[in-house]
Amino acid sequence: MITCVTNATARPQLSPKVRLRVDRRTGRYLLLYPERGLELNETATEIARCCTGEWTVADMAQHLARVYVDVSPVDIARGVHDFLTALAGRGLLQYMQ
Amino acid sequence: MSNEYRPYTLIAELTYRCPLRCPYCSNPLDSARYGDEIDTVTWLRVFQEAEALGVVQLNFTGGEPLLRDDLELLIEEAGKLELYSNLITSGIPLTYERLDRFRALGLNGVQVSIQSTRPTNSDRIAGAPCFHRKLEVMRWVKSLELPLTMNVVLHRDNIGEVAELIALAESVAADRLELANTQYLGWALHNRAALLPTREQLEHARTIAADARARLQGEIEVLFVTADYYSLYPKSCMDGWGRRFIVVNPEGLALPCHLAQTLPGLRFDNVRQRHLADIWHHSSGFNQFRGDDWLQDPCRTCDRRIIDFGGCRCQAFHLTGSAGATDPACSLSPAHGHIESARNHASHAAGTTVLFEYRAGRKCAQA
Repeated sequence: MITCVTNATARPQLSPKVRLRVDRRTGRYLLLYPERGLELNETATEIARCCTGEWTVADMAQHLARVYVDVSPVDIARGVHDFLTALAGRGLLQYMQ
Repeated sequence: MSNEYRPYTLIAELTYRCPLRCPYCSNPLDSARYGDEIDTVTWLRVFQEAEALGVVQLNFTGGEPLLRDDLELLIEEAGKLELYSNLITSGIPLTYERLDRFRALGLNGVQVSIQSTRPTNSDRIAGAPCFHRKLEVMRWVKSLELPLTMNVVLHRDNIGEVAELIALAESVAADRLELANTQYLGWALHNRAALLPTREQLEHARTIAADARARLQGEIEVLFVTADYYSLYPKSCMDGWGRRFIVVNPEGLALPCHLAQTLPGLRFDNVRQRHLADIWHHSSGFNQFRGDDWLQDPCRTCDRRIIDFGGCRCQAFHLTGSAGATDPACSLSPAHGHIESARNHASHAAGTTVLFEYRAGRKCAQA
């Protein structure tokens, strides 16, 4: 299941158990799930917000490449892949094909 | 105050009452003698104060939180505050309709405890007939599309069932399986001779769990929670004293862990009298084991002190008599012989049946 993440045409969607919300203490985003949570940095937040089931993995990388012009597309693609793999490993993603 | 001490999770122990009598219960041994439970209005205020302090996760636990008939109101308030709310339950007593109300009011997740995959063993360990109802409750959770954690406390009598427990988690489509080795405090310390598995049992279970974790990754998160009696180093208890968690117990004491009030000489405050933020930042009990000035040797000069914070304060006290001592579970602790002797005892007792001593039955009427 996790290998689906590497597929550039997959359309990941956050699992229904995930709540993505602003941390009122820091202004950053938190990704909450049962009894656990992740504090997201800026890029992770961008990726998580793209996980709606509409964006493909390739779309996300392209979107980030436009925002972070100083970072190489290869690094961006790797960053997207790594973060999605981490979410999938925790069972926090589902896929629309 | 810096982010070093920010509570992310409030553990709301709504009651010590429980229809079950598990021999490893983490409630205090003398819980029957505690005072009145705090009322609905106080809990709602505590949730608001916790949210303002930075809490984002709320665990409803106990005893059995379902015995509070105001649980609906508490779940609703958690939802209004955008707290991610988790119901930690035995599943007894519950109806499908009540669980559906919880979901509609904003409950985010449910953790159901299972004692064994074998009905008679399960009912014996729980001290009450409840196995079939627990399976039904897990199916309700999934049919209402709530995330399900299946929790199993492992000990000598059920650790041989890990493969079957994993199969059960798969059959009920759990999102997470917590295989939690008993922590030997409270009733579990009292019943340790009957509960502690052998190293062989533990390693066998760990291997099966690791295989399942890899096989099920992305579907079921399989967690095998450390058995500190068989580790080289102690657990990072509560992620450090007063760092990430606040426990509020049924009578309103705000605590760094659910047994901190059993440590002598420490002063803890009650949410009936004092604002939660004031307690968190300024109470002597919460500050007692923060930072590293209090650390004794060998922790004082050990590089691992920023990883495990010296281990569990309650375990240190209950085994050595000193709450500031290095957790004896650490192989570097001068009192580690206590743990070794318990392990030796377990290996000699392997295969024999030892009876559990149960906590007394408690009234289940609403206080």
